[in-house]
Amino acid sequence: MKNILLASALLTSSALIPAFAADYVIDTKGAHASINFEASHLGFSVLAGRFNEFSGNFSYDKDNIAASKISVTINTASFDSNHDKRDKHVRSDDFLDVSKYAQATFVSNKVTEKGAGKLEIAGDLTLHGVTKPLVIDAVKVGEGDDPWGGYRAGFSGTASIAMGDFGFKKDFGKVDLILHIEGIRQ
Amino acid sequence: MIRNKLLWKNSQHQYGVVSKALHWLSALTVFGLFGLGYWMVGLNYYSEWYQLAPHWHESIGILLFIATLLRLFWRKTAGKLEVISSHSGLERKASSVMTVILYIVLLSVMISGYLITSDKAIAVFDWFNVTPLALSIANQEDIAGAIHYYLAYGLICFAILHALAALKHHFIDKDVTLKRMTKLN
Repeated sequence: MKNILLASALLTSSALIPAFAADYVIDTKGAHASINFEASHLGFSVLAGRFNEFSGNFSYDKDNIAASKISVTINTASFDSNHDKRDKHVRSDDFLDVSKYAQATFVSNKVTEKGAGKLEIAGDLTLHGVTKPLVIDAVKVGEGDDPWGGYRAGFSGTASIAMGDFGFKKDFGKVDLILHIEGIRQ
Repeated sequence: MIRNKLLWKNSQHQYGVVSKALHWLSALTVFGLFGLGYWMVGLNYYSEWYQLAPHWHESIGILLFIATLLRLFWRKTAGKLEVISSHSGLERKASSVMTVILYIVLLSVMISGYLITSDKAIAVFDWFNVTPLALSIANQEDIAGAIHYYLAYGLICFAILHALAALKHHFIDKDVTLKRMTKLN
């Protein structure tokens, strides 16, 4: 009798703790995600662009933020700043050197809840063959059932990198990353 | 007093002024564009030539393309020269093969250069704009750029061989091959 009580108490309490965070695949197929950047042009204005091809997945549970994780792989050759000749230059060995470093990756190692839907995602960014820690300040935009029978969660985030940290031949200073991802729960 | 009439079209033994002008202008432009291209790709972003040099390179390249089309048309209409009797069978064959190679490589260099731009109109000296051609291939500008680069070196090699052959005829064989293209009439 005592054992049964203990067992039921354990079962009840364990039911209150979510076992695993749900897994999501980033919706790149529907292009409900984008990896954008902004850099200064000579100090006069802001130059914007993006990477068109990437893939990734994440785990997220609103009740257990610390268990969240994300990993994204970017095809560096998909760099696009709406100017083919600039893109060609950025893909060359002056910058991304995409023939040698075809992929860039971000893998999180710690997700911290900051309150009011805010998250701090710490991880490693590998770009141009160099791995550096990167912290993304993120915010959950929304989560719930979509009209087509799926379940989605979406986030926006910002981070900054210094071009000099990644060993590019040319260095134009700071680059801001503006990230939007939407995942479909598996 | 008989004044020599200017030879516009080719005679049987001499290229006419138009053929000569097109030939030497092309030669000068090809080597000029090669030098300009070689120099400009190494320019620093902050160089005052960073935007101007490629603009001139593209503008002159497109004008050379138009001139080359005119040259090919003129080649058909201006009349053929007679072969020089002292040339061996091998020399005649080599010469005609080299001519074909030079034209094909020259046109290919210009077309590949044109294809480097796929998303913005090419301004020819702010005189007229050329619409770019976007092919359905990923990173067209990278592929076209690589082809343009290697073909440009190829063209310079073939042009140097062509010039060496002409000099060989002039100084070693002491025949009229080069004079047919240089002599002012």
